[in-house]
Amino acid sequence: MNWKRHDYEDIPGTYVFDGKTSHSAYGLNKMLFSFNREEKRQEFDEDEGAYAAKYELTDEQKEALLGGDFLQLLRLGANIYYLAKLAIPRGVSVQDAGAAFQGITTEEFKEGLLKRSEGFQDRLEEEGGYWNG
Amino acid sequence: MAEIVGGITSSHIPSVGNALADDEARNSPYWKRFFDGYEPVKEWLRKVDPDVAIVVYNDHGLNFFLDTVPTFALGCADRYSNADEGWDLPQLVDVEGDAEFSWHLAESLIGQDFDMATCQEMLVDHGFVVPMQLMWGDLPKWPVKAIPLAVNTVQHPLASARRCYALGRALRKAIESYPEDLKVVVLGTGGMSHQLQGERAGLIDVDFDLQCMDSVINDPDWLASMSNTEIIEKAGTEGVEIIMWLVMRGALHSNVNAVHKHYHAPISNTGAGVLLLENATG
Repeated sequence: MNWKRHDYEDIPGTYVFDGKTSHSAYGLNKMLFSFNREEKRQEFDEDEGAYAAKYELTDEQKEALLGGDFLQLLRLGANIYYLAKLAIPRGVSVQDAGAAFQGITTEEFKEGLLKRSEGFQDRLEEEGGYWNG
Repeated sequence: MAEIVGGITSSHIPSVGNALADDEARNSPYWKRFFDGYEPVKEWLRKVDPDVAIVVYNDHGLNFFLDTVPTFALGCADRYSNADEGWDLPQLVDVEGDAEFSWHLAESLIGQDFDMATCQEMLVDHGFVVPMQLMWGDLPKWPVKAIPLAVNTVQHPLASARRCYALGRALRKAIESYPEDLKVVVLGTGGMSHQLQGERAGLIDVDFDLQCMDSVINDPDWLASMSNTEIIEKAGTEGVEIIMWLVMRGALHSNVNAVHKHYHAPISNTGAGVLLLENATG
């Protein structure tokens, strides 16, 4: 195999969607893209396995899809924006998905967002010049 | 001659579209400060009254599937439609474009060695629509024509930050060589720090966001000299969208006045920054 190695592959907990990933998961993402259309989302809901069989998914991808395993789907090449087309109409928010990737609860995930933003208004005061209402 | 009256940066997260459609959410403690930060921008827009908005954004899998991924794509139509992204967002009426101006821009940019894809049909997703709604959504009819300029930030390799900055400079020449008297505003959208995917999801880096805002105002070369890997390390895989702010910045003069700056975090999973810049006189 002659896929080039990239420095971004060393960033922990991060799956950069590049040519290699996109090539390996073209069928999976093509299926996820089809969910832009409501009738396709309905067709999938009626029989997930039969719908997935119409697209070129690997056995592993199909298993992760039917098991609702988002982290595994990501590892197997699902693009995050395309994955959202599966998740959001089924009531899974980007926070729920983020929590699932980390194996924590959505509440814990949201607390993490608040914690990392903590004190930002003090920082704005320090920097000066920001609208700070 | 066409003239650039200013540049604006804005988040384009989809949940903003939902909150805008819901008065209660819009005025809730979670959202109010975020939306209030746009009021000075809206006031400026009403006063300056631009004719055309060039909106630099990325498509998230509505118009472009992975079969064809243009690095830079320019809308060249008189009309653009919004459509279902699979996300249950309220859909909007069509947006008016300016095909003649678009084709002038395409010809000028390609003449300056930026090989743009040209699109005579283009569905515009939340990346384009949310900033438009934030600027003009209060009005019954949007008083500007809009031109979408889509930058690939979805499938790597992406254009570099420096290339985006250079595209902005070429865009300035393209705009200013158009013979019609048009007032043009350029919107750089997306960002700021956020990562939606993987075990590192939920990343927000306030310090880096504020450094980026300062850089976009005073020292664009600082951000433009970073590699996309360096940006992803700091701002997250989706935070790399910040490179699109440099297209807007490149379209302005080297010295600008920051008429308004605003930052809020978290909104959804992101840090959200607003800048309103005018060319410095003299």
